[in-house]
Amino acid sequence: MWQRIRALVVKEFLSLFKDKKSRFVTIVPPLIQLLVFGYAASFDLNQVPYAIYDRDQGQAGRALAAAFSGSPNFDLRHIVQHQDEIAPLVDNGEVLLVLQLEPRFSEKLAAGQPAEVQVLVDGRNSNTAQIAVNYAATVIREFNERWIAEHGLAPPPAHLVSRAWFNPNLESRWFFIPGLVGLLTLVVTMVVTSLSVAREREQGTFDQLLVTPLRPFEILIGKATPGFVVGMIEGSVVILLAQYWFGVPLVGGLGVLYLGLVLFLLAAIGIGLAISSLAVTLQQALLGGFLFMVPAVILSGFATPIANMPRAVQLLTLVDPLRYFLVVVRGVFLEGAPLSILVHELWPLALIAGFTLSAAAWLFRHRMY
Amino acid sequence: MNRRLRGLLHKEFLQVLRDPSSIAIAFLMPAFLLLLFGYGVSMDASNVPLGLVVEQPSAEAESFVGVFQQSRYFAPRRFPDRASAQQALGAGQVDGVVVLSGDFAARLQGAGGAPIQLIVNGVNANSARLLQGYVEGAWRNWLERELDARARPLGQPVMLQSRIWYNPGLRSRNYLVPGLVAINMTLVGALLTALVMAREWERGTLEAMLVTPVSMREVLIGKVLPYFVLGMGGMALSVAMALWLFEVPLRGSFWVLTACSALFLLVALGMGLLISVTARNQFVAGMVAIIATFLPAFLLSGMLFDINSMPTVVQWVTHLVAARYFVAILQTLFLAGDVWGVILPNALALLLMALLFLGLARRRMHKRLE
Repeated sequence: MWQRIRALVVKEFLSLFKDKKSRFVTIVPPLIQLLVFGYAASFDLNQVPYAIYDRDQGQAGRALAAAFSGSPNFDLRHIVQHQDEIAPLVDNGEVLLVLQLEPRFSEKLAAGQPAEVQVLVDGRNSNTAQIAVNYAATVIREFNERWIAEHGLAPPPAHLVSRAWFNPNLESRWFFIPGLVGLLTLVVTMVVTSLSVAREREQGTFDQLLVTPLRPFEILIGKATPGFVVGMIEGSVVILLAQYWFGVPLVGGLGVLYLGLVLFLLAAIGIGLAISSLAVTLQQALLGGFLFMVPAVILSGFATPIANMPRAVQLLTLVDPLRYFLVVVRGVFLEGAPLSILVHELWPLALIAGFTLSAAAWLFRHRMY
Repeated sequence: MNRRLRGLLHKEFLQVLRDPSSIAIAFLMPAFLLLLFGYGVSMDASNVPLGLVVEQPSAEAESFVGVFQQSRYFAPRRFPDRASAQQALGAGQVDGVVVLSGDFAARLQGAGGAPIQLIVNGVNANSARLLQGYVEGAWRNWLERELDARARPLGQPVMLQSRIWYNPGLRSRNYLVPGLVAINMTLVGALLTALVMAREWERGTLEAMLVTPVSMREVLIGKVLPYFVLGMGGMALSVAMALWLFEVPLRGSFWVLTACSALFLLVALGMGLLISVTARNQFVAGMVAIIATFLPAFLLSGMLFDINSMPTVVQWVTHLVAARYFVAILQTLFLAGDVWGVILPNALALLLMALLFLGLARRRMHKRLE
């Protein structure tokens, strides 16, 4: 039996890697994608382009303007002289934010009255807008604290002291890069498995495979191995790069992480093979792969929290293996979560893997044209 | 139009119409995906679970805690002490914890002021930062009310007043849905064409075509035109859903939207054709289509992540992603209006990319067998 499986595994690897083009697309793009996406996927803004409209021109106004131009998060692009200049600047996306100081800004400050700074933000991307406003609020808060200290004013009776666990500087890259472990391994295993059976179906060689003494579950092992090996290598490379290239701390144990990775890969392979054996043509398999993968990524909590989704969609995410794996990989990387906590994510993965793999094996024999 | 081309177009239209999978790709897929994403993808947090710890009950502490109970952002939960709240934070039951220490009321009267401690779970940095922003807003509101009641100065020399243009309610759906329309059309365009030529090569039907007098240009037109019509239908469906189902405003003009969508669809179809002409093998064409379309359009188009904040090298890479230009156009057309300063350069880039992809596909199609 093992000999038969070995022969099939060798054949599967050959058909994946013999062709130069197919070898290339399995290996190179995921690595490039990791590097590009690793740098791209972040909600942190740097160098927010802004303009300032100082209608006061007083001492205090200039001090506030200096606080902004001195901040590494802001990049002064334009000094506005007239109200009419503001709209085109924002419309054309030249600046994200316009600071407007009221005419009697310095005077009011000196008199101890609250002076107002208006911040106009381009809300086309409301998340970016909200982050930019938060950055501006931080600069102003620091300015206020300094002003109070310098002028011997009474501080507010209560102040906020914030601290973040697991990610003290709140770098959003720390959130996304572990997520890429799941995302990229999912894509590469889906690519390798979802087309594999359909290709043989279309070329008619799958019938030949079915008349060999191989049993369905042996075919299953043979078909699953290349995707599993490629996925493991890919996942390990991403984990290594996440830690050593991008500097994301890996707090937890590798054992739990790899247990999660194995179960996740099995689930992904099961889905890929099931899609592939349901499809009659390669085009259908490709379509099926997409129709699973795209929602699986978007609804996994990779970028937008599952808690924000409506109830019905949240129920749908329960069958998404990526959802569970993202919790595992982020938990292990950032929180050092132990097996006892992550087991709640691991058993659904095992369940999905078991179900889809047996469905695929069953479909091998029972799905005829 | 000559008779040969007309005959070829007739054949291609029939081929498309009789292939249920193209119809499904053009209409069912966008509808399904947009429905799922439009409802599923949201950045607007509400009912964020927040732990509250009041170590020593007092009137002041209760009035502060009351602010959270009234807000729709928070779903507050009281904990008897710091340890149990932190345990809930570690287990992910709450996203943040606010602690008012035992001497809160006493220190409010003192010179240094009383600290309000906030601990957030930083794993999702973006959510954590938004939560900090919300708590800060709640704190500021409370401060204003409290000081107003006691007729004391605010202790905040400079006040920030923010105004958000185009999307004053900060509805994340308003910018996500136009972005999703762009992703959708990237997938539709590439999927429709990526496998077409590769399949014809593999099945040998293209060989039959090569021996007829049709020119390669005519073959190309014959392949692109039917899918273009289908794709525009899918686009119209997506826009209709965005407007009436998700209630995203359309502030720009309908014709500019149509023209830009046509340009983008040509780019997407051209890319699919180029993939399939180059690969000549359905397996490879399928793999390239998966890798080159969805993730780049999702992560590098600016629909989610701010392109200006990416490192310079990555910003160059984004210029190769057609969806980037289309997302910029769509977000502006839907939310801001016909801003030519945004639309013209991006439309020009789309035009160049369409010419490039279709031109390359044309050059790589030879009337020869290898």
